[in-house]
Amino acid sequence: MDGIHDLGGKHGFGSVQREQDEPVFHARWEAKMFAIMRASGPAGAWYSADRFRHLVERIDPVSYLDDGYYGRWLGGVETGLIEAGLLDQIEIQQRYLELGGKPFVRIAARPVDHPDLMGDLPAAPGSQRTAAAPLFKKGDAVMTSTDVKPGHTRLPAYARGKVGRVVQCHAGWVFPDTNAHGKGEQAQNLYTVEFSGQTLWGDSSETMSLCLDLFEPYLSEASFCEPASSKTHPKKNEASSI
Amino acid sequence: MSHDHDHDHDHEPPAPQALRTEAIESLLLEKGLIKPTAVDEVIARYSERVGPMNGAKIVARAWRDPEFKARLLADGTKGIEEFDLEGGQVEKLVVLENTPDQHNVVVCTLCSCYPWAVLGLPPKWYKDPAYRSRIVREPRTLLAEMGTDLPESVSIRVWDSSAEVRYMVLPMPPLEVAEKISVMTESELTALISRDSMIGVELL
Repeated sequence: MDGIHDLGGKHGFGSVQREQDEPVFHARWEAKMFAIMRASGPAGAWYSADRFRHLVERIDPVSYLDDGYYGRWLGGVETGLIEAGLLDQIEIQQRYLELGGKPFVRIAARPVDHPDLMGDLPAAPGSQRTAAAPLFKKGDAVMTSTDVKPGHTRLPAYARGKVGRVVQCHAGWVFPDTNAHGKGEQAQNLYTVEFSGQTLWGDSSETMSLCLDLFEPYLSEASFCEPASSKTHPKKNEASSI
Repeated sequence: MSHDHDHDHDHEPPAPQALRTEAIESLLLEKGLIKPTAVDEVIARYSERVGPMNGAKIVARAWRDPEFKARLLADGTKGIEEFDLEGGQVEKLVVLENTPDQHNVVVCTLCSCYPWAVLGLPPKWYKDPAYRSRIVREPRTLLAEMGTDLPESVSIRVWDSSAEVRYMVLPMPPLEVAEKISVMTESELTALISRDSMIGVELL
């Protein structure tokens, strides 16, 4: 999805603010939210990090930028608990008002009436699974997909339609794009793919390279890969999106 | 009903997020979906047992023991089995060695993936939009802004944690320390190793 969460390469966010002697939690409610998030998954609100990440991606976009990390979790947790039928948004709002909360404030949660299927419990601990034989090997040039679907994906927008080189194969892993939507783990091969700065950001890019961990369905064979120092644009092949 | 609102700012009303979190917590407690002790358990775990002190021990051993370093760089997940770690988020760990020619820096642009078991919970700046948006696009400029001014001769490689692989940087020891590492104790070394150097935004 083209969500507000997909921040890589966006301009305008200013300088990085580092805190001296930063506490692990800035307020007790942040630790509460952490504990609630850890308990809600096993309680049946979601069964995978993929689904929880997508719950957070779907919150109110202003809240995403304004409410901080645990505010984003609040939006995702509330959405997940409601969509799973564990809590009702009216009872949450009533309890919030009873506790002295102001009535007309922005609410991060965005539950929908007909959420995706919950999906199955994980087939095994962790995310590593057996997948089919890998299509690519270390050193191969690959082109990333440009096919944008509305759901969860782990291909950032800034790396769509780019040619990079496979630097590592990590074998089979649960596929977030299906698992987040209750459509099964559908294990896919995972690759670390390296891109040059020029490929991602154009000729005026800083001298740099960037590695992403990308699932096989995001990738197709590329006819060649530009060297990292090249100023020429890669010839785009007929990339088929899977 | 308990009313342990946040009173971190004595003269300010609690944030709407704090009250809404409390509302959800109280409902989950009533339904038996969360334990009353869960919050204090989280605080104890991530304040006392899980944090960058674990990563610092790994780095200190890698500096002192070349064979361990080789094992760690070859397979980070196996390498850290020698340490008794909890904290999650390291099903597969890759350790990236910074050298005089190659600088590595880690981010997660899509959420805030971070190797909890070795570095603890991430700092706020790592999760904020400024770092996530800029480090992938202008790492040299941003690192310089953050106090790490790298010469053009140093290659920069940015690692955007877009799947479940987690990355930790093995920083270079400070120059003045490099020659006496073998005679320094582990605690003398770990005291030198910052969290930010293991994310890759600081040189030691």
